[in-house]
Amino acid sequence: MPDSKQVNLVRMQAGQSGKVVEIQGGHGMVNRLSALGIRPGKRITKVSAMLMRGPVTIQVDRAQVAVGFGMASRIIVEVG
Amino acid sequence: MACHRLGNKKNRQSGIKKVLLVGNPNVGKSVLFSRLTGVKVIASNYPGTTVSYTHGAMKLGEGEVEVIDVPGTYTLEPTCEAEQIALDMLGDGDLVINVVNATNLERNLYLTLQLLERDIPVIVALNMWDDTRHRGIDIDLAKLEELLRVPVIPTVAVTGQGIKELVQSIPRAASPRLPAQSHDERWAVIGKITDSVQRISHRHHTWAEHLEDASVQPLTGGLIAMVVLAAAFGVVRFIGESLINYVLDPFFNGVWAPVLLRLSSLLGGSGFLHEIIVGRLTNGEINFVESFGLLSSGLYVPLAMVLPYIISFYLVLGLLEDVGYLPRLGVLVDTVMHRLGLHGYAIIPGLLGFGCNVPAVLATRILESRRERFIAATLISIAVPCAALQAMIFGLVGARGGQYVAMVYGTLFVVWVVLGFILNHTVRGFSPELLIEIPPYRLPPWRAVLQKLWLRSYGFLREAVPIILIAILAINILYFWGVFEVIANFTAPVVTGLLGLPKEAVTALVIGFLRKDVALGMLAPLGLTSGQLVVGSVVLAMFFPCVATFVVLIRELGVVNMLKAAGIMISVALVTGGLLNLVL
Repeated sequence: MPDSKQVNLVRMQAGQSGKVVEIQGGHGMVNRLSALGIRPGKRITKVSAMLMRGPVTIQVDRAQVAVGFGMASRIIVEVG
Repeated sequence: MACHRLGNKKNRQSGIKKVLLVGNPNVGKSVLFSRLTGVKVIASNYPGTTVSYTHGAMKLGEGEVEVIDVPGTYTLEPTCEAEQIALDMLGDGDLVINVVNATNLERNLYLTLQLLERDIPVIVALNMWDDTRHRGIDIDLAKLEELLRVPVIPTVAVTGQGIKELVQSIPRAASPRLPAQSHDERWAVIGKITDSVQRISHRHHTWAEHLEDASVQPLTGGLIAMVVLAAAFGVVRFIGESLINYVLDPFFNGVWAPVLLRLSSLLGGSGFLHEIIVGRLTNGEINFVESFGLLSSGLYVPLAMVLPYIISFYLVLGLLEDVGYLPRLGVLVDTVMHRLGLHGYAIIPGLLGFGCNVPAVLATRILESRRERFIAATLISIAVPCAALQAMIFGLVGARGGQYVAMVYGTLFVVWVVLGFILNHTVRGFSPELLIEIPPYRLPPWRAVLQKLWLRSYGFLREAVPIILIAILAINILYFWGVFEVIANFTAPVVTGLLGLPKEAVTALVIGFLRKDVALGMLAPLGLTSGQLVVGSVVLAMFFPCVATFVVLIRELGVVNMLKAAGIMISVALVTGGLLNLVL
C-alpha cells in the first residue's frame, strides 16, 4: 500500500496511531482480542511498551488495553 | 458473602423470580447490585473483582425477586473460569439487566447483542452516564432504545441516579430474539448502531489521563510503582502501630488488665478453669501475649494485635483498588511474572493474599489456565503471609529488631521467586499471555472506601475471633491432657534436629492449621532466640495453609492438586527452615 506501512504492535512507536489490518492468530486469540474491541478495521493508538518483551498498552476507543508481547507481535497495524 | 435465598414462588405480578446483572468487567455491576438489594458487596475499580456470584433480594411490585451479581464477561464464549460462571448462570435467570459502560458503548454492545439473541428478557442499564458528558460523548437514548428494542435506562450506580427508573422499567423488558450472528455480522450491526446514536467531540487529555499513561511507561511507571508501594507499606505500618500504641494497648493494659486481675482472684488465682479463662499469670501480672487464656490472649491477639493491621491494610488496599492502580502494577511486573509461569495480572490475587489467603485463592479465577491457577494458588499459600500472621510477625519478631522482620520477608520472597521458577519448568500445561483492560483512574468516594473497609474488618471479626477462641480453648485442653507432649516427643527429630527449635514448638505448627496468628503467639513463651523465632515464623507461614484456606484450595484446585500443593508446601517449608537453621 502506498504512503503507509504495516508493522506489528511491538514495532510501532509509542504515541503512534494506526488501523488494525490483521490478527495473525487462531480462533481463540482472535476472539479474546475482538471481545476487547481489538479487531481488523479498528483505529488504535499505542500508549507504551514495557522493556524486555513486556506488554504493550494501547488505547482502543475510550479504553486502555494491555496486550502481552507475543500477542502484540501478531497484531498487524497500518500506521499513518 | 451475603446470601438471601428465596422460595421458588415467582413474583405474582411479573412472573419474574431471578434477575441477573450481566455486563463487561468493571462496569459497576456490584455497585448497582448493592443499590438494588441493599446487600453490601466488595466492589473495586478493576476487571475481575467479582469472581463468584452473590445473591440478594429486591422489592418488585408487591413481591420480592432474587437479584444475582454475575461475574463480568466480555462475551458469552468464555475465556476464563469467572466468565464460565457467568455463562452457566444465564440458564436459570428470568430477566437480565445488562449493565453497559456508557463511555465505551461499542465494545459493551457486543455482549448486549449476544444477550438479545437469547430467549431471555433484557433491559439495558447505561451506567457511568455522568462520565459521558465530560468525556465528550453524546448518546441518543431514544434512538438506542429503538434500535435495540429493549428499554435503555441511563444510570449512575455510585450515586444512585436512575436506579428507580431502572426498576420501574422491568415490566417493559423484552427479548427481541435476534437471529444468531457471526462475530463479523455482530460488529457490523454495532458499527451501524454507534454511528447513528453516538457523537464524540474531541477534547484534550486531563491530568488524570496523563498520569494514567505515565503509570504504564517503563521509566515513570517504575518510579510511580516504587513510590506507591513504599507509601502503601509506610501508611499500613503507621496506622497499624498508631492504633496499637495509642488506642488498644492503653485500653488493654489500663482498663482490661485490672478487670482480669479481679476475675483472677475470684477464680482463686490458679487451676484449670483459671488457666482457660484468664490464663497463666507472669509474676502475678497478666501477660496478654503469653498467658493464653480466653479473656486475655483470646481477646488481645485478635483485637489488639491483628485487627489494627487488618484495618490499616484493607484501608490502603481498598484505596489502591478503587483508584484503579492494581492493573497497572500488573502491566509493570508482567515480564517478571512470566518467569514464574504466570502473567502480570496474577499480582492482584497475590496482593489480596497479604490480607487473607481465602479471597486471594478465589481471585485466581481471573487467570485463564488451570496451570496458572495451580501455580498462583500454591505460591500464595506458601509465600504470602496473611495480615493476621504479619501482624504477629511485626509484633513478636519486630520486638527483636527490624532486621529479623526483614529476614522473614526476604526468605519468603526468595522462596516465592525460586519456587515459581521451578514450578514454571515442571508443571505441565500452558500459561497464556496478559490481556487486560486497564480502568481509568478514579477518585473513589470516601463512603465507598470506608464501607468496603468496614465489610472486610467486620468479616475478620466475625470469622476469625470465634476460631481464635476455639483454638485457645483447644490449646488449653490439649495441654491439660498431655496430647502436645506426645506429639512433641514424636516429632522432636524433625523439629529439633532439622529446624533447631525446641520440641514444644510443634504445638504451634499443629495449631497453625486453625489460626496462624495464635500459632505464632504460642512461640512467644518458649524463650526462643531471635534466629529461632525467624525460623519458626517462616516455617509457620509456609508449612501448611490454615483450615479456611485449605477448604478453599480443595474446592478450587480439586483434591489431587491440593495434595500436590500440600506436598510442595511441607517439603519446601522443611528445606527452607533447615537451611535457615544452618545459617542463623
